[in-house]
Amino acid sequence: MTKNILTRRGVLKTGAGVGATLAVPTLFTGAAWAGYMNEPMGASVTLGFNVPQTGPYADEGADELRAYQLAVEHLNGEGDGGMLQTFSSKVLEGNGILGKKVEYVTGDTQTKSDAARASAKSMIEKDGAIMITGGSSSGVAVAVQGLCQEAGVIFMAGLTHSNDTTGKDKKANGFRHFFNAYMSGAALAPVLAAQYGTDRKAYHLTADYTWGWTQEESIVAATEALGWETVNTVKTPLAQTDFSSYIAPVLNSGADVLVLNHYGGNMVNSLTNAVQFGLREKMANGKQFEIVVPLFSRLMARGAGENIKGILGSTNWHWSLTDEGTKAFVKSFGTKYGFPPSQAAHTCYVQTLLYADAAQRAGSFNPCAIAEALEGYEFDGLGNGPTLYRAEDHQCFKDVLVVRGKENPTSEFDLLEVVEVTPRAQVEYAPDHPMFAGGALGSCNPGA
Amino acid sequence: MDAIILQILNGLDKGSAYALIALGLTLIFGTLGVVNFAHGALFMIGAFCAVTLNKLFSLSFETVDPTRTDFLGNPLKVKTPYLVDWFGPEVGASLIDWAVPLSILFSIPIMIGIGFAMERGLIKHFYKRPHADQILVTFGLAIVMQELIKHYYGANPIQTPAPDAFRGSLDFGVLLGFDPNVIIYPYWRLVYFAFAAVIIGGVFAFLQFTTFGMVVRAGMADRETVGLLGINIDKRFTIMFGLAAAVAGLAGVMYAPINSPNYHMGMDFLVLSFVVVVVGGMGSLPGAVAAGFLLGVLESFASMNQIKSLLPGIDQIIIYVVAIVILLTRPRGLMGRKGVMED
Repeated sequence: MTKNILTRRGVLKTGAGVGATLAVPTLFTGAAWAGYMNEPMGASVTLGFNVPQTGPYADEGADELRAYQLAVEHLNGEGDGGMLQTFSSKVLEGNGILGKKVEYVTGDTQTKSDAARASAKSMIEKDGAIMITGGSSSGVAVAVQGLCQEAGVIFMAGLTHSNDTTGKDKKANGFRHFFNAYMSGAALAPVLAAQYGTDRKAYHLTADYTWGWTQEESIVAATEALGWETVNTVKTPLAQTDFSSYIAPVLNSGADVLVLNHYGGNMVNSLTNAVQFGLREKMANGKQFEIVVPLFSRLMARGAGENIKGILGSTNWHWSLTDEGTKAFVKSFGTKYGFPPSQAAHTCYVQTLLYADAAQRAGSFNPCAIAEALEGYEFDGLGNGPTLYRAEDHQCFKDVLVVRGKENPTSEFDLLEVVEVTPRAQVEYAPDHPMFAGGALGSCNPGA
Repeated sequence: MDAIILQILNGLDKGSAYALIALGLTLIFGTLGVVNFAHGALFMIGAFCAVTLNKLFSLSFETVDPTRTDFLGNPLKVKTPYLVDWFGPEVGASLIDWAVPLSILFSIPIMIGIGFAMERGLIKHFYKRPHADQILVTFGLAIVMQELIKHYYGANPIQTPAPDAFRGSLDFGVLLGFDPNVIIYPYWRLVYFAFAAVIIGGVFAFLQFTTFGMVVRAGMADRETVGLLGINIDKRFTIMFGLAAAVAGLAGVMYAPINSPNYHMGMDFLVLSFVVVVVGGMGSLPGAVAAGFLLGVLESFASMNQIKSLLPGIDQIIIYVVAIVILLTRPRGLMGRKGVMED
């Protein structure tokens, strides 16, 4: 039998020992190796793919998931390597990330903010996901980005186009590769002016939520700067399905252009209704009436069928681009799945590679080390030309595509044609631009 | 004036869809006493009957065109519909073009079959259960049906165009003495309105002028007495459920070219249709039709910019405001009968 007796010398010795032990990580490995949320201890690292698997954007979510699975294959050295062959950074060697095999878990955002936060939280807390990525809505992206900031993991946004994601709602742990509403306006307006002239009167129908508002604001500012007049801006409920009562007033409003700041099912229905009401054949103010859809999605455009023919819009990327990165990705994706990838698939694939590359370059999965590696990072070979991940707001700056609904498609995927590749310089803006004001990036949160 | 006429047309068109769905809904409630939350799903399935026939008619075989390439650089596979191959380009293309109107014939037996299956297989077990149970089970059924459709057809809207002959718009203003291009209205929406009028008229005529209809009306008024006369009223009510399902399905078929069908479209109409039924008076067929058109027209007027500038957001709440006002002033709705859904 032994007896534990506390002595002054014993307490001092124990305290010194504990203190020294706690100090070791900081003393010998520096900040990059400090403790952080879900630090991978085994031979694998888990990524969390949070996409809409049910709800109205489920098809887009399915395409995102395909892209993520392809990215994981390529990171683990399987398949043909896809864009790893064309990526300007060569640190990824096809042996996972930092030598750890990449595994993944998936969540269903349902395109609802609360459901998306719940699935992201579950993947972080129960599955040990070290990074969350995906989504197909700005409302969801902003909500999940906030959660990741609080939890201390990196959020690599999927398809989110609202200015707010990297504007008033930007977060230090969040990064967006996709373009935004301001960029759509900056790219589209000169093409609109060139195609339809500078003396035009525009009527806007706008989805009544964060993305719609910033989209409308951006297009109005960009077109008015080129001489267009804005006749009216009308907000439409997000749940609206029949837009006839909103289209009818356009007929005699004095407008000669209708701008549909709608996405997904809203876009399909409002465009179909506008065409049904004969707006494409109408003459107004002595000019041919025109319809514009600022944000195009090929997946959604299928629902509008022939109605998209000749309609101008913008997109983040399109499979018909001829650069080596695009060709490699389309070949890889098309061979595996039998059809070309969507812009949502592209941005999700690229985001995964960029995260992996940043971790590899940082030599750590620490969110703060990864954020540091991504901030101000210049890269190429991922389908959009030379691209910058700006440090001030974590927004990617790259070329933007202006596209038009194709008149004679050769297949069900061949719906859009690229009218112009707008150079990056034309869509850049200052970090303190008024449309992006009102929020602070804050500081990176490593979690634990 | 032109704006008002346009919104009246719009309202009548919207009201047609509301009235058709609400008619079936109130028919089921009036006969079987069941609050059927799966009725919107029947409307959606009707629209997908049109999608299905369109897809069946467009079934194609592939031939390789060596002169063109696909997105991977392989020789392009060109699709040719079997109908075009069998009947020639003109007849084959016409059949595909007229897929939506032909879906009316295709959908009627399917919808009646679904209606019978729903009623005999599930809903009859809930006749004596509280309305809350009926709502829960039919709402669950609606979710199952829409998830099945999503599984097979995907989540995106699927374009189902009207025949070429009905694309484009009628210059309605010229007929009324206005300048050209002032009041134009899509042909298919006018067809929808006329179709709805025929269906509604047909249902009323069936109930009013046939012996079967007379028995059903008697059953709606006093089920017990009709039963005591030795008439199998349950069987007739089951047939009415099938008829109500067919009406909802036909409303969906004809709606497919107006808005591309998606799996959720039934839910979009369901709540509005219930409001229509409640405003019209539970179990009242003329009330449902009148309320459908009334709310459709009011909703359209509330979307006018002049109204919205005075009352921002009114377009999103007008139907519910009207419902509150009517229920406060006429608690049984516009044409509700005493004793329906009352203890």
